[in-house]
Amino acid sequence: MAATTPAADTAQKQAITLKVNRKTYKLDVEPRETLLDVLRERLDLTGSKKGCDHGQCGACTVHVDGRTANACLLLAVMQQGREITTIEGIAPGGKTNGQERLHPLQAAFIKHDGLQCGYCTPGQIMSGVAVLRDGHADSPAEIREWMSGNICRCGAYAGIVAAIESVKKGDTIG
Amino acid sequence: MIAADFNYEAPTSLDEAFTLLRKYGDEAKILSGGHSLIPMMKLRFASPECIIDINNIPGLSDITREGDIMKIGALVREAQVEHAAELLEHFPIFADVTKLIADPQVRNMGTVGGNLAHGDAANDHPAVMMALRASVVIAGADGTRVVPIDEFFFGFYSTAIQPDEILTEIQIPMPSPYTGSAYHKLERKVGDYATAGVAVQLTIDANGICTYAGIGLTNVNPLPMRAARSEEALVGKKITDETIAEAARYASDDCNPSADLRGDVEYKRAMVGVLTKRMIHKAAQRAVA
Repeated sequence: MAATTPAADTAQKQAITLKVNRKTYKLDVEPRETLLDVLRERLDLTGSKKGCDHGQCGACTVHVDGRTANACLLLAVMQQGREITTIEGIAPGGKTNGQERLHPLQAAFIKHDGLQCGYCTPGQIMSGVAVLRDGHADSPAEIREWMSGNICRCGAYAGIVAAIESVKKGDTIG
Repeated sequence: MIAADFNYEAPTSLDEAFTLLRKYGDEAKILSGGHSLIPMMKLRFASPECIIDINNIPGLSDITREGDIMKIGALVREAQVEHAAELLEHFPIFADVTKLIADPQVRNMGTVGGNLAHGDAANDHPAVMMALRASVVIAGADGTRVVPIDEFFFGFYSTAIQPDEILTEIQIPMPSPYTGSAYHKLERKVGDYATAGVAVQLTIDANGICTYAGIGLTNVNPLPMRAARSEEALVGKKITDETIAEAARYASDDCNPSADLRGDVEYKRAMVGVLTKRMIHKAAQRAVA
């Protein structure tokens, strides 16, 4: 995108090392590049979505050192030494019966119709994983409160809450 | 939406940060959580020449009690406040306010110090700090000064912090026994600014007389506002339906909300009255509990 590339003489790139989904990447970035843009445009990790680009919709939710964060409001240059996990990094890997093995919450979203168009789903799942891990899934009301940073324009909220509850009850999450 | 180009500096000490601030003057902006600053930069409402990221400066991320003062470091995140047992025990208002600030993702990054330093009357901590009569510690190369919260806010996005200074800490006086505090804001949806918000701290003695009242208002005045007449209406009196009604009426009359998508002036004044009543009740209940 030409509009996003500054004139060569003004760009001051910095060499950084990013750790994403247990892999290490060495990159030259401009200070103004967000983590979201670097994930999507440089590392081809397009699971994290750009919704509002202002920290209001949650579609870009990733984990930074185990805590949820809006990747659109983080500068990539600030993430050195941090462990970043995106939606691409939560499945255990490997296959069962020829099917890629999913994280239990990914499987639960499919089972409980936790999505319609799917655009918000990666962010929803990243928040859901944190909600379960941090012990905020004891009731539908608590789940709704702690999932409040993720908006779904299709209105799949009932299915999302059901998916998180089912994993909580099944206790299959690490 | 991509911010204008800027230089990025990540000092590892306050002294280093002061040197950078001297170099760039008011062309530099301090970045802590960045969740107010970065959206403004993306919209090109702000185009600082230099961003000074203070996240690598040690010693700014603690909540500690020193004698009669509770100290909150500039880099304490909202999410950290949610788990700060001693702070929450003495100031239950923080349990109220943190869960009303934006959403979990934002609270994981956003800082209490940034919420104040941004200088926005729509933010929640200014009213809370007014109710608690907090002070803000501002440091620069020439030394450190402690500014009472009532002298901290100058105007829209403008505070007592000079271009070569950094907010390093918030100091809150420990409350007397039988003190309670509470905050609530009316919001249209999660993450929206307050239609109106009210913070209250009260101390009630053994005879049921109110000996301390702090009341701050969110987003109903150009500056964060102390409801001074409401406080005066309570101190030295018993907390009764009559005194509460009087305090609420003063808050409603004295604020200066502007009409916007969240409501017209009359509605906002009415909501300030309702919230003031409710928060006085809640703080009083907590004071005697």
